[in-house]
Amino acid sequence: MKASAFSYHKPISLEDALSLLESEEEVKILAGGQSLMPMLNMRFVQPEAVIDVNEIEELATISFNDNVEIGALTRQKTLGTHSIIKQHLPIMQEALKWVGHFQTQSRGTIGGSLCHLDPASELPMIALLYDAELEVASKSATRIIPMKEWALAYMMPSIAPEELLTKILIKPWGMPYGYGFQEFARRHGDFAIAAVGCLLKLQDGVISEIAISIGGVEDVPRRFIECEDVLRGSKYDIEEVKKQIIGPLDQINYIDDSLVTGSYRQKLLKGLLVRSIEQAASRANSL
Amino acid sequence: MGVRQIGARVHRVEDDNLIRGEGKYLDDIQLPNMGYAAFLRSSMAHAKISITDTEAARTLDGVQAVFTYDTLPSSLVSKTQLETYPAPIIKQSMCPELLANDEVAHVGQAIAMVIANTRHVAEDACELIQVEYTPLTPVVDVIKAAKSDSQLTHSSLKDNIAASIETKFGDVETAFEECEDSIELSFKQHRGGCHSMECRGVLGDWQQQLGELTLYSSTQCPYLVRRMVSRQLGCPESSIRVIAPDVGGGFGPKAGYYPEEALIAIASKELRKPVKWTEDRREHFISTNQQRDQIWKLEVAFKKNGEITALKGHVTLDSGAFLNYGLLLSATTLMPLPGPYKIKNLHVTLDAVYTNTVSTSPVRGAGRPNAAYAMDRVIDAVARHLSIDPAEMRQINLVKNEDFPYQPGSKHRNGSMMTYDSGDYTGMLAMVKEMADYDGFRKEQQEARARGKYLGIGLACFIEDTGMGPYEGVNVRVDVTGNIIASTGATSQGQGHATVIAQVIAENLDIDISKIRVEAGDTGKFPHGIGAIGSRTGVNVGISANDAAIQVKNKALKLASILLEKPEDELELSDGAVRARSDSNQFITLADLALQLSPAVAGKLPEGFETAGLEAVSYQTTDYMPHSSGANIAKVEVDVVTGGIKILDYYVVHDCGRILNPMIVDGQIIGGVVHGIGNAMFEQMVYDDSGNPMTTNYGDYLLPLASEMPEIHVAHIETPSPANPMGLKGAGEGGTIPAIGAMINAIEDALTPFDAYIAKYPVTPEYILELVDGEKMAAE
Repeated sequence: MKASAFSYHKPISLEDALSLLESEEEVKILAGGQSLMPMLNMRFVQPEAVIDVNEIEELATISFNDNVEIGALTRQKTLGTHSIIKQHLPIMQEALKWVGHFQTQSRGTIGGSLCHLDPASELPMIALLYDAELEVASKSATRIIPMKEWALAYMMPSIAPEELLTKILIKPWGMPYGYGFQEFARRHGDFAIAAVGCLLKLQDGVISEIAISIGGVEDVPRRFIECEDVLRGSKYDIEEVKKQIIGPLDQINYIDDSLVTGSYRQKLLKGLLVRSIEQAASRANSL
Repeated sequence: MGVRQIGARVHRVEDDNLIRGEGKYLDDIQLPNMGYAAFLRSSMAHAKISITDTEAARTLDGVQAVFTYDTLPSSLVSKTQLETYPAPIIKQSMCPELLANDEVAHVGQAIAMVIANTRHVAEDACELIQVEYTPLTPVVDVIKAAKSDSQLTHSSLKDNIAASIETKFGDVETAFEECEDSIELSFKQHRGGCHSMECRGVLGDWQQQLGELTLYSSTQCPYLVRRMVSRQLGCPESSIRVIAPDVGGGFGPKAGYYPEEALIAIASKELRKPVKWTEDRREHFISTNQQRDQIWKLEVAFKKNGEITALKGHVTLDSGAFLNYGLLLSATTLMPLPGPYKIKNLHVTLDAVYTNTVSTSPVRGAGRPNAAYAMDRVIDAVARHLSIDPAEMRQINLVKNEDFPYQPGSKHRNGSMMTYDSGDYTGMLAMVKEMADYDGFRKEQQEARARGKYLGIGLACFIEDTGMGPYEGVNVRVDVTGNIIASTGATSQGQGHATVIAQVIAENLDIDISKIRVEAGDTGKFPHGIGAIGSRTGVNVGISANDAAIQVKNKALKLASILLEKPEDELELSDGAVRARSDSNQFITLADLALQLSPAVAGKLPEGFETAGLEAVSYQTTDYMPHSSGANIAKVEVDVVTGGIKILDYYVVHDCGRILNPMIVDGQIIGGVVHGIGNAMFEQMVYDDSGNPMTTNYGDYLLPLASEMPEIHVAHIETPSPANPMGLKGAGEGGTIPAIGAMINAIEDALTPFDAYIAKYPVTPEYILELVDGEKMAAE
């Protein structure tokens, strides 16, 4: 388990990194390295060049200006403790409790999670809930990609080879709203077998606004629009919710593999979905 | 006399280096001009193979050699791995060719070995070797493999049965005819692999001018490796020195002899330079022995009062592709039956069956956890059938104190009658119930169910045959500096053997532990040894170290008596010197005594001394095997929405006789329980129908993590073993053996409202929900 040969670059500015991305072929970006390093060693990826972005400090910032703006190199551990995140995106901190382990969080970055795009990854689920905007840069241009257009296919984000994800912009929901995040894995920190994030607003007992994202059950994490649509505008009653979600749950194309069957994922997702909606509603009510 | 050592919570002498990262493991050893090995391994479970091109690999920059079956030296005694433990009862013995010739029988079997300047280049070269595979039908499922019309796992076999063995005593047929009631039960057991933190590794250093090989191996059994490599290469044992350096865990699979040990020796000898191979984690999953599947079918006869009268059944055991560790796993599966329970009539048969998967051999506890699990599932099943509380059911059937020494009727591998030497099985059951507040928890359980919470409590009682002989020798020598050197054939993988040996010697010689140096794991330092297997080292080394230290003490007193002109009974050994009892200023140090006995100084040995040096060697043997025992309780909560299991608490009462170091024993027990919980809930080696391993990293193969572990409460009783002079019993596996049964019984107990029967482990959350939903599953 030793990586095949590659050239290694460690730029200290964004400009240098983008130049390298332009000039090098078959590049992998090394951020926190918590997924890339084992993949290199197992030779699942055999790039010609690795560009290590860890020294580019301008990518590791968090600020708030209408949007929460998170530099792509921000460590998961920083997100988990930062006051701006705590104030504006508490569900992100709740989700981060499920992300790996404190050791991996010290290295892992939000940009890495979004670009690696594991089906069970929590941070893309949070970005999806808020319709986040992703800023990507190349030597010639900078553009914004809406989160809902980010995932093209299994572990494949819509980013060009010469582009680098630089920033994530998230517009928080206005108060009052409630949030819930539920996940199940066999051991703490494992990839989720299923995970659900939920934001909702209640108005006179009616679900006036709702966003749900799901992870671990399909090839990519995604918004659960079908479910949002049946719940939005209906009176909140958890027993009714249990019935309303059955149809949307049946439409999911569950991952079915040698380790976990699709039928279990469906049962589990149902349970977690109910719990996350209950959790969000209870928080919305307590405000 | 100084501080009491034996039985004290002495801090481990090993830890200072190990926790500072200053241990020296196999991969830490760097020799000048060393080559690095990598193996090309089969990507198919069963196929005819033909190696069509090695030229591209051979000519890659940095490659020193490429070995295949055809290019292995003809001087070898055999190009096929020699049998480690041959036995007449083995019907069809299959060992792998050191490198596969024309057929591969599991994914991971070695096909070619590349030696290069770096491991990176060696792996690059492996990718360049061209192998043509002609697929043969793989046989993966052990039950299918056992059928007489099954496809064959190797073309050369008649069927897939490696061997059939049995354990039988009493009159089972009559007992079943006359029984008041009976039930049948079946279940599948699955135990994972070794998963020591350090994978295997071998470093060969052939010295051409001496005609000698130094072979470093991350092994539990360096003497076995020496023997097998010697026989395989046709080199005398005296020309091979095997060193096990610091070894990062063994747990059984490192106790065998592997093709890589011979191959690295061959490569070093052929290239006349050091060659190192460090197994990587993926290789560990596909080439290091595992334990895996056993399918049990049992029938139990009993009286209405719960007394079990007879047990019969059959076990189908997955041998994997080869039988390179003999029948030890099979034998240790049947031999412990019926455990701590009195069942007078018993007949269980076992087939060891080849499949196209990684070979199997013992993992911590060997077959004992399987046997213990079977018995505790039998007890719970009968208890449920008769509506008797599981604790009461155990009380009824346990061997009682007045029964010792108790002979259940089974036999050891050497043919002698199994004898439980001493213990207090019912006392431990009462004690663990008390610790866990068993009766209180039953009430709590009822209240929780009313609130939709599912709590469960599970019991397990076990015995373990430990301290297997014939011996593990120790030499104790006083150096002319006054330091003590203890050398032994016992080999450590982190258990703290050096500490325990030093404690025993320190107590006898009344010397500070820091003055005792323990040398082990090196065939060049001590002539004979067996290895760290089967909870045997503490017992065997303990009594030999004790005896050798006493001999040294007596020799010191005898010589001091001459030199100080005092009778021996007026002398005492304290603080590194022999002193006159009447006047502690009249003394002679151990260092001086050692000097007097060294040839360079004395010119001749003092009158009445037949052996040089202030030293003695001992190979104490035990009369019969001491039996450790214990009672465990697990408490769990099951989430019937997710299928998740939370382990609330775990309680152990353990008896390993006289305890040498309670801190080390507690560590063994707690680690062992975690291992058992891993078996019950997490560890699973999954193969697809084509024999492809699906769990070859620690994301897919789940080891127990600290985050899921409960508080493990450990208590001891000490019933000294009459089988050896120190009253010792083994402790290395007693945590693992009962834990699976306690866990599964607890989980099933939590699911009582769903009338669930757990037919397999590890229990996955998916399986829990199937049970909750009433989907009945039989053992496969």
